[in-house]
Amino acid sequence: MVGRNNTFGNGADVASTRLHNSGEKQWQLEMRRIGDDLLELSCAGRWCQDQDLPAVEVILAELRGDLGHLSFDTAQLSAWDTGFLAFLRGLFTLCGERGVSIDQAGLPQGVRHLLAMAAAVPEQKVGRRSSPGQGLLFQVGAATMAFFRGAPEMLSFLGEITLSFGRLIRGRARFRLSDLWWEIEEVGPRALVIVSVISFLVGLILAYLGADQLRLVGAQIFIADLVAIGMVREVGALMTGIIIAGRTGAAFAAQLGTMQVNEEIDAFKTLGISPIDFLVLPRMLALMLMVPLLTLYAGFVGMLAGMLVSTTIFDIGMFEYYTETLRALELKHFLVGLSKGSVYGAMVAYAGCLRGMQCGRSAESVGEAATSAVVTGILLITIAASLMTIIYYRLGI
Amino acid sequence: MNGAPHIEIRDLTMAYGEFVIQRDLNFVVNKGDIFVIMGGNGCGKTTLMRALIGLQRPAKGTVFYGGEDFWGVEPEEQERLKRRLGIMFQGGALWSSLTLAENVALPLKEYTALSPRHLAEIVSFKLALVGLAGFEEFYPAELSGGMKKRAGLARAMALDPDILVIDEPSSGLDPLTARRLDDLILELRDSLETTIVVITHELASILGIGTNSIFLDTETHTMINTGNPKKAVASGDPRVRHFLTRGAA
Repeated sequence: MVGRNNTFGNGADVASTRLHNSGEKQWQLEMRRIGDDLLELSCAGRWCQDQDLPAVEVILAELRGDLGHLSFDTAQLSAWDTGFLAFLRGLFTLCGERGVSIDQAGLPQGVRHLLAMAAAVPEQKVGRRSSPGQGLLFQVGAATMAFFRGAPEMLSFLGEITLSFGRLIRGRARFRLSDLWWEIEEVGPRALVIVSVISFLVGLILAYLGADQLRLVGAQIFIADLVAIGMVREVGALMTGIIIAGRTGAAFAAQLGTMQVNEEIDAFKTLGISPIDFLVLPRMLALMLMVPLLTLYAGFVGMLAGMLVSTTIFDIGMFEYYTETLRALELKHFLVGLSKGSVYGAMVAYAGCLRGMQCGRSAESVGEAATSAVVTGILLITIAASLMTIIYYRLGI
Repeated sequence: MNGAPHIEIRDLTMAYGEFVIQRDLNFVVNKGDIFVIMGGNGCGKTTLMRALIGLQRPAKGTVFYGGEDFWGVEPEEQERLKRRLGIMFQGGALWSSLTLAENVALPLKEYTALSPRHLAEIVSFKLALVGLAGFEEFYPAELSGGMKKRAGLARAMALDPDILVIDEPSSGLDPLTARRLDDLILELRDSLETTIVVITHELASILGIGTNSIFLDTETHTMINTGNPKKAVASGDPRVRHFLTRGAA
């Protein structure tokens, strides 16, 4: 609450306005107009930032007409901090705009010094920005432009990886084998638990789904065909790809993104070492080698789950189920599954490394890179899965 | 205030497991001091700072603020004591998802009921004090290391704390900006009666602004000198003189 007392006729050429707040932590401001030319501000009480101080606009009315000078009386000022300084800074700006000169002699010495320090470095006008419009149209436009800007970068990164593989084949790629082994261990054996759990549950779901439909025509034994071909050919690779995108793709993006933040990637470049060879290649190789193996493993775990459901719930003999599985599976199903696993692995590694290398310089951008790596990885896997399914169908594989 | 020292460090030992960084530290920081904690690389300056500001419990001993045992009180009391402190971390430690203005405004929003307009005025003034007027809407990632450091100081000053703890204020700054920052530290002490604790090994700052100090020794893992650093150059422990004269003495 701000109170106001107007006092006029205090002498022929003096008029004063007194403002104060009504809280416990009181400040008082008295504006004394002395003649036409001078305004004296008398600041008393506590002027601290733990309370709202008067807005400089209340003084605006007094800065009218031919007022030329502003002075201060702070004899009754009991306490002040940067709240008072911020108030004075706003007031000085206002006076500057109106050509009113300021006599700071009445201000405490510390106030004068700190105000001078704040004014010592001129404000960077280029630094102040207007916030851009964030309407729907703006966002759609920005997203579209970002997509078209991103596409050449994705292609360029693909080109760099291809060149790096070329150097690898010619034995000229520089990376440490220990890094490759470390990555292989990280993306392969350490992913076995999560791949086992997911594949088992997916195999179980497939078996139940098949049983429900096949029971209608009395052909429940074909659960074995459905689960075996489904897991080995499609679902094993797809689920492994998605698990790896969430687990390893995000990790790749976060690792490389953090290296960007710490300028480690710049350090590689300045030493003439290709960060693609040193960092991306081992990760690509690790995933391209391990994801097909994880896919095979996922297929077997899925079939095991199918067998468990069929023998315990649907009364199919274990030997019967095993024979039917062997009859259904052909080498081509394994090859299709393995090829898909390799491609999905490459896609995940590509997305993770791409987003990591594109990462900005802040902690926030590392998070964005990790999220984007997962989204891009899953999107690429889905596109690749669709294309490969169509191609294999056309080829009769 | 109850007549107790402003900050008192009593029998403080800092350790990582079995490895003792510094042991048996005893010193007092008086109100209005610019207290320098100095020492060579790896001597435990920052570890000591973490004990002072409540980020790392000491292996032994404690820190008293105005007679209150920081490590002996309940967490709620610790939070109250922490509000008397403003901390500037070595790299600024700005929140990367917030603009500079939002970084400085956050403590004010949390602990005061200021109107948005006053808040903006105060934030703008604090940034101007550290030479960053006009950078309100910038994100930390868009700033240089020195600017981040200065913005970190503006955030540390947000609540006009009693005690300002500053980790390596001048490192990475150009000489003029470093001098300006030293002047600001002096002015904050003189005008707002802020007690300043500075962790540094920058000789210009140590000798330019320090009124009291301790020297942490890497060899003996304890403090080997206290008092005004200017006096230490002339008559302090030989190891401290060696350090303060860059090996000349």
